[in-house]
Amino acid sequence: MLDDFFFRALFATLAVAAVAGPTGCVILWQRKAYFGDTMAHSALLGVVLGIILGLNPEAGVFGVAFLVAAAVVVLQRVSRLPGDTILGVLAHSTLAIGLVAMALTDNYRQYELTAYLFGDVLAVGREDLVLIGLGGLFGLVVLAVIWRPLVAATLHEGLAAAEGAKPLRNQLLYMALVAAVVAVGMQVVGALLVVALMIVPAAAARTLAHTPEQMALIAVLIATLSGVLGLYGSLWFDTPAGPTIVTVAAFLFLGCLAFDGGTQRLGRSQGVRRGVARAPEDDA
Amino acid sequence: MPAHDPGRPLVRASSIGVHRGGRWIIHDVNLEICPGEVMTVVGPNGAGKSTLLKTLLGLYRPDAGNVVRAPGLQIGYVPPTDPVQFDLPLTVRRLMTLTSPCPADTIANALGEVGASHLSGSQVNELSHGEFQRVMLARALSRNPDLLVMDEPLRGIDFSSEAEMYQLISEVVEHRGCAALMTSHDLHYVMSRTDQVVCLNGTIRCMGAPEDTVDHPEFHQLFGTRAEAYRHVRHQCQGESLDT
Repeated sequence: MLDDFFFRALFATLAVAAVAGPTGCVILWQRKAYFGDTMAHSALLGVVLGIILGLNPEAGVFGVAFLVAAAVVVLQRVSRLPGDTILGVLAHSTLAIGLVAMALTDNYRQYELTAYLFGDVLAVGREDLVLIGLGGLFGLVVLAVIWRPLVAATLHEGLAAAEGAKPLRNQLLYMALVAAVVAVGMQVVGALLVVALMIVPAAAARTLAHTPEQMALIAVLIATLSGVLGLYGSLWFDTPAGPTIVTVAAFLFLGCLAFDGGTQRLGRSQGVRRGVARAPEDDA
Repeated sequence: MPAHDPGRPLVRASSIGVHRGGRWIIHDVNLEICPGEVMTVVGPNGAGKSTLLKTLLGLYRPDAGNVVRAPGLQIGYVPPTDPVQFDLPLTVRRLMTLTSPCPADTIANALGEVGASHLSGSQVNELSHGEFQRVMLARALSRNPDLLVMDEPLRGIDFSSEAEMYQLISEVVEHRGCAALMTSHDLHYVMSRTDQVVCLNGTIRCMGAPEDTVDHPEFHQLFGTRAEAYRHVRHQCQGESLDT
């Protein structure tokens, strides 16, 4: 089965979706959507550096994305600039430096730029697959270990620290995970769309979930469903795989939103009929 | 609750200072909290009340002096937050197990103790401020603390519910027999329910039993006419209780 390029693509997509779901939830809770974007902008620089240093491009992307994340954390602590300014500066300077570095290398025409920007999941080889599978498994284990203290610190860092969590260590581990998802997810949907793989399923799950764990689980299901439908859809309509996957996720998000709106309206009208006092909506 | 020797302090701060942004937010603070003691820190905005609490909790490393906490000390912390800050789906039940797992009956008991059993399935960001503070108190209690640390426990609570909340805190602390450290701006409560009052403004201006601090000149300097009014009321009340 793994000899078939389509099933290799499917397996790679599912492995990425499993880690991207819960990772994306934390991105939303911490309001770090543009943080993920900044990491993705630095991907091109990572690719070029990876090739120049003779590593594979994914290792380069992971390294650069993690360094950018660490730089954001350090700059936020030592400079007085607001967070979004720092993100804006880093995102575009790393992209520019990446383009310059690419032009400076001798044979830059050999880079298939579109593969990095839009992904090329159908080209995933057997060796890549082993790496993606093991990496995904490792990512899930790390996430499981830091999950409770990470959620606690997301809610209130002081509270988590007062009760024994190590917020800084967990946050660094978590950012390494985001960097890894960027590096691996880039092969599936490309650098331009890799953040969507984390954010869109999590946003859809937000409308349905009652606890952090439910949201993580639903996000994995929606990401997985997007992956499967997107890949088959790309085959059926003969469209690029990455954008098709994200398009499916976007429609699933709309569906969840509509479903949530419908049930809320239903609940409210029933509440009125039964005379049930509801929590005030204005401070929610 | 691990038994703590009643004579030995749970937390002791020796000449601590915290330096941030080019100035000492607090300096030369000495205090200790003994088992079962209720201590309230009062002071104007910017006096360093929160900073003192965070340093005692170990969230800030003091830039001068040191803080010693009794080994095995279990702290229940109620931070100064609003329910609306929480942007994730979270039921009250899940909030109770935020930092560590907790048996279901302990959760139910703690929620019952603060009169919030009916809220266990509610979403945290839909609670009112009063409900939220109760739930956060229950969360702290479920950890079976030796010391309850509450930073602005009346944050966002409207005037009519304040007395109720104070009553609840007093009952809980008395019932549990744990020590409590809190910040407050309500002098009446401070005077009636506290063992030790700490008047803070950068450093400790005066400290002691409520009846002693109320006559202290530093106390008057900090609270001005409110302190005067309070003293007036207190003397009247004492007069009444003597008559009956």
